[in-house]
Amino acid sequence: MAKITLDHIRHAYGPVSSPADYALKELDHVWTDGGAFALLGPSGCGKTTLLNIISGLITPSEGRVLFDDRDVTTLPPEARNIAQVFQFPVVYDTMTVRQNLAFPLKNRGIPKEQIDARVPRILDMLGLSTLADRRAESLTADLKQKISLGRGMVREDVSAILFDEPLTVIDPHLKWQLRAQLKTLHREFGHTMVYVTHDQTEALTFADKVVVMYDGEVVQVGTPQELFERPAHTFVGYFIGSPGMNVLPVTLDGATASLGGETIALPGGARAPAGTKTELGIRPEFVKLGAEGLAFNVTRVDDIGREKIVHGTLGGHPLAAILPEGAEVPAEPRAAFAPEGINIYADSWRVETGA
Amino acid sequence: MTAREDTAIPAAGNSPAILARAEAKPARRLRLKWLVPTLYIIFLMLPIYWLINMSFKTTNEILGGFSAYPQNFTTDSYVEILTNPAWYWGYINSLIYVTINTVISVSVALPAAYAFSRYKFVGDKHLFFWLLTNRMAPPAVFVLPFVELYSSMQLFDTHLAVALAHCLFNIPLAVWILEGFMSGVPKEIDETAYIDGYSFPKFFVKIFMPLIASGIGVTAFFCFMFSWVEMLLAKNLTTVAAKPIAAVMTRTASTSGYELGLLAAAGVLTIIPGAIVIYFVRNYIAKGFALGRV
Amino acid sequence: MNKTINNRAWFLVLPVLLLVAMNAIIPLMTVVNYSLQESFIAGFWDWVGTRHYEEVLGSERFHGALIRQFIFTGIILVIEVPLGVAVALAMPKKGVWASVCLVLMALPLLIPWNVVGAIWNIFALPEIGLLGWGLNELGFDYNYTNQPLAAWFTVVLMDVWHWTSLVVLLAYAGLQSIDEAYYRAAKIDGASRWAVFRFIQLPKLRTVLIIAILLRFIDSFMIYTEPFVLTGGGPGNATTFLSIDLVKAAVGEFNLGIAAAMSIIYFLMTLLVCWLFFTLMNNDRERQS
Repeated sequence: MAKITLDHIRHAYGPVSSPADYALKELDHVWTDGGAFALLGPSGCGKTTLLNIISGLITPSEGRVLFDDRDVTTLPPEARNIAQVFQFPVVYDTMTVRQNLAFPLKNRGIPKEQIDARVPRILDMLGLSTLADRRAESLTADLKQKISLGRGMVREDVSAILFDEPLTVIDPHLKWQLRAQLKTLHREFGHTMVYVTHDQTEALTFADKVVVMYDGEVVQVGTPQELFERPAHTFVGYFIGSPGMNVLPVTLDGATASLGGETIALPGGARAPAGTKTELGIRPEFVKLGAEGLAFNVTRVDDIGREKIVHGTLGGHPLAAILPEGAEVPAEPRAAFAPEGINIYADSWRVETGA
Repeated sequence: MTAREDTAIPAAGNSPAILARAEAKPARRLRLKWLVPTLYIIFLMLPIYWLINMSFKTTNEILGGFSAYPQNFTTDSYVEILTNPAWYWGYINSLIYVTINTVISVSVALPAAYAFSRYKFVGDKHLFFWLLTNRMAPPAVFVLPFVELYSSMQLFDTHLAVALAHCLFNIPLAVWILEGFMSGVPKEIDETAYIDGYSFPKFFVKIFMPLIASGIGVTAFFCFMFSWVEMLLAKNLTTVAAKPIAAVMTRTASTSGYELGLLAAAGVLTIIPGAIVIYFVRNYIAKGFALGRV
Repeated sequence: MNKTINNRAWFLVLPVLLLVAMNAIIPLMTVVNYSLQESFIAGFWDWVGTRHYEEVLGSERFHGALIRQFIFTGIILVIEVPLGVAVALAMPKKGVWASVCLVLMALPLLIPWNVVGAIWNIFALPEIGLLGWGLNELGFDYNYTNQPLAAWFTVVLMDVWHWTSLVVLLAYAGLQSIDEAYYRAAKIDGASRWAVFRFIQLPKLRTVLIIAILLRFIDSFMIYTEPFVLTGGGPGNATTFLSIDLVKAAVGEFNLGIAAAMSIIYFLMTLLVCWLFFTLMNNDRERQS
C-alpha cells in the first residue's frame, strides 16, 4: 500500500517543439494510500500514458514519480511492487488456478508454508476456491481476470494495483458482478487501486476519487458527486451523466446571463475575464419544464421508461431536460433553471459564482 | 481482518534476486542474444558465399588449390550461361512451369478452401485429410507412374506436365493455408454481402479476396517455392523441350567432366528468382508463416 | 465458425478433387497393380500376389534403408527443432534488422534441391571446399566421399543448413502472436527467463511446433535429391535412405514389381504418421476453442 506522488510530470513521445507535443501535460498530484482512483476519459486523452508512467513502463520526459516518498521514476515495473490487470486476461494457461496465484510468491523465494497460508485466502476472497485445481486455460474470461487480480493481490508488499480497462472482454451481465467484487476487495484489503477506463459507470461506481482526463490534461479530480454537481470543465459536464450537461453560450452581465434575448438570473453573480468564451452549463436533471421560465421549443421526446428526456432548443441552441416518469410535457413548455445546477464557464473552465 | 495483519511477508521491496534481475545491465544481455541470429546467418551464408566465389573462378583455378576469393576473377561462366540457349532455356523452362503451377494451384484452391471454411458437407473431414496426405506423398513413389500417366496423355516433356504433376502436393498445401486464412474472416461479412445484393463471384472477387490478400500472397509464395525447388519429378517428366535447369546442370556435370565454375555460376543464378520472391513477400513473412493458424 | 450444411459445396471442391485425384489415385493404382505382378518377358505380366511385399519386408536391403532413414530423420528433428526455436527466440521482434534477418534466413529454403546438393558437394570437398579444407586443416581426417561417418556428418549438416530456417520462420511467427502484456505480467510476477519460456512461450508455440515437426518429419522421410546429389547414396550405401533406395530399384534396376511394393509400404508408413499428427492437431484445435 503506498502513497503515489506525481511530481510535475510531463511526457512527450517524440521531440518537443511546442507545448502541444506533450501527450501528457503537466500534472502534479498526490494520491493517498489505500484510495481507489479511476482515470476516466475518452481514447487518446492520456490516461493509458499516465498509467504506464505509474507502472514504470514509461519513464516520463519530465518530473518524478514517488511511491511513499521513494523515487521510483527510473525503476522498471518489476522493481516497483505494483500489480497490473490488463485489458484481456493474462494467465498462465498450463498452470492451475492455485499455481497461478502461487507463482509470484514462489519467484520471490517465499517459503512454502507461507504460500500455502496465503493462497487459499486469496482464492476465498475471489470466490475461486472450488476451481483451485482447474487448469487456467479452460476458464471463462471473467474468471481469468479474477486470477489476474489474484496474482496481484497475493503479494503482501504490493504498493498499488493498476487496472487497464479490465472489463473490456467481460460479458456485460458479468461486468457489474466483477465491478462490485472489486469494490468489496478494495474495502477489505485496502490496496491503492488505480483504474483506467472510458466507461463512466465503471469509474463512478468503483472510485473514491475520479480523475477526469481530456487531451493530455487532468481536467478534474473529485468524488463522483463533485463531478456531477460541480464539473470544473465543460468536458467533464458533457462526458459524465447521460445525457450530458447542457452547454449554452451566454453573455455575462454581473448577476445575469443572457442568451438569445432571454435572461437567466445568476445567484451570486459571476465575473469572467474579458474576451473569454462564456458558457452556462446546466444538467438536464436541473432543467424544469413548466409554465414559467425561458422560451423553449420541443423537438423530440425520448421515453426511456423511468424518465423522459425532452430535447429542444432554447434561443436556437440545443437543450435537454428530464421529466420524471409519468409527467406530461406541458403544451407551452417553458424551461426553468434550478439555481443550484447552474455553472458558468469561461473558456471551458468553471468560474466561481458567488453562491 | 485486513491484509495488514499478515506477518512475515516482506513489507517493502522485492526479493534480492528479482531486484538484481531488474537492475541487470540490459546491454550485456542484449549483446549475447544478438550473437545467435548473427552466427546462424553466417552459417547460412558461408556455403552460398563459396558458391559465388567459385562462380567467378575458372575450373582450373578451382581444382588447382584452395583460395578464399578468386585470384583470377572471371565472368566467363556467367557469360556462357546467359548467352547459350542450352543453358538459359533451362531457367526459362523452370520459371514457366512454376508459374503455371502456382496459377493453377491458387486458382482451384480458392473455391475449395472457401467450401471447407464455410460449409459442412458429406465427407468433408475425410476429404480434407486425404488432400493433406498428398502433400506428404513421396515423389519417389510417383516418378514411374507419372511418366506413364503423362506419356499416355501426350503430355510428356511439356511444361504443363510438370505443372500438373506438382499440383499433387501444391494444391493440398494451398487449400490448407487458404482455409486457415479464410477461417479468420467472419461469416457475417459473407452474409452482409449477400444481403447487399452481391452475387457469389462478385462477392468473392471484390470483397473476400482483398480480405485474405496476405493469405493469397503466402500461398503463392509456398507454391512457387515447392515447385521451383522440386527436381525429381521435373527432371523425369521432361527430356528436351521443357528441360528444367536442374537437368541442364546434371547433364553438364556428366558429359564434360566437372565444369565446376560453370556449375557454380548456374547455381548462383538459380538462387536469384528465390531471392526476388522473398524480397517481395518480406513484409508478410513474419505474419504469413503462421499460416493463419496461430 | 458456424458452418452451414450444404452439399452443393462439392462443386467448389471439384476442380481440386479432379486435379489431385488424377495425380494421386491413377498413379497409385498403377503402382498397386505393378506391386502384385511380375514380368518375366517384357510386356507379359503374371499375378504373384503378395510375393513382392514379402520379399521387400524381408530383405536386408530394405531394412537397412529403413533403419538409416529413421536414424536420419531422428537426428535432424532433434537438431533442427530446438535450434530453430532458439534462433527464433533470439531474433529481434521488429524493426529493420528483423526484416533483414528473415530474408537472409529464408534464402536456403528457395534454392532448388539439386543445387543444395551441389553446393554442399563442392563445399565439403576435402581440398577444394571451404568446409572440407577447413576441417582437414584443423586436423580432422575428413573425406565424405569414402568415409561413411563423414558422409553422414555432411548430409546431416546439409539438411540442418537447408531446413532449419523453416522451423525458425514458423516459430518466429508463433512468437509474434504473443501479446506484449504476457511478458509484462511475467516481469511483474518476477518470473525468470526460463519460466517465461516454459509457461508463456512454449504453450503458445504448441500449434506451430506441431506443424513444424510434422513437416520436417515427412519431408525428411522422403528426402531424395539433396543427399543423392551430395553422396549418391554412398559411400557404398551408407547414406542410402528410403527414397534413394526406391528410385535405385525402380529406375536403376528396373525392378518394377519390387519397387512398386516398396512404394506402397513406404506410402502407408507416411500415411500412418500423417494420421497420428493430424489427430494430435485436431485435438489441440478443439481444446483451444
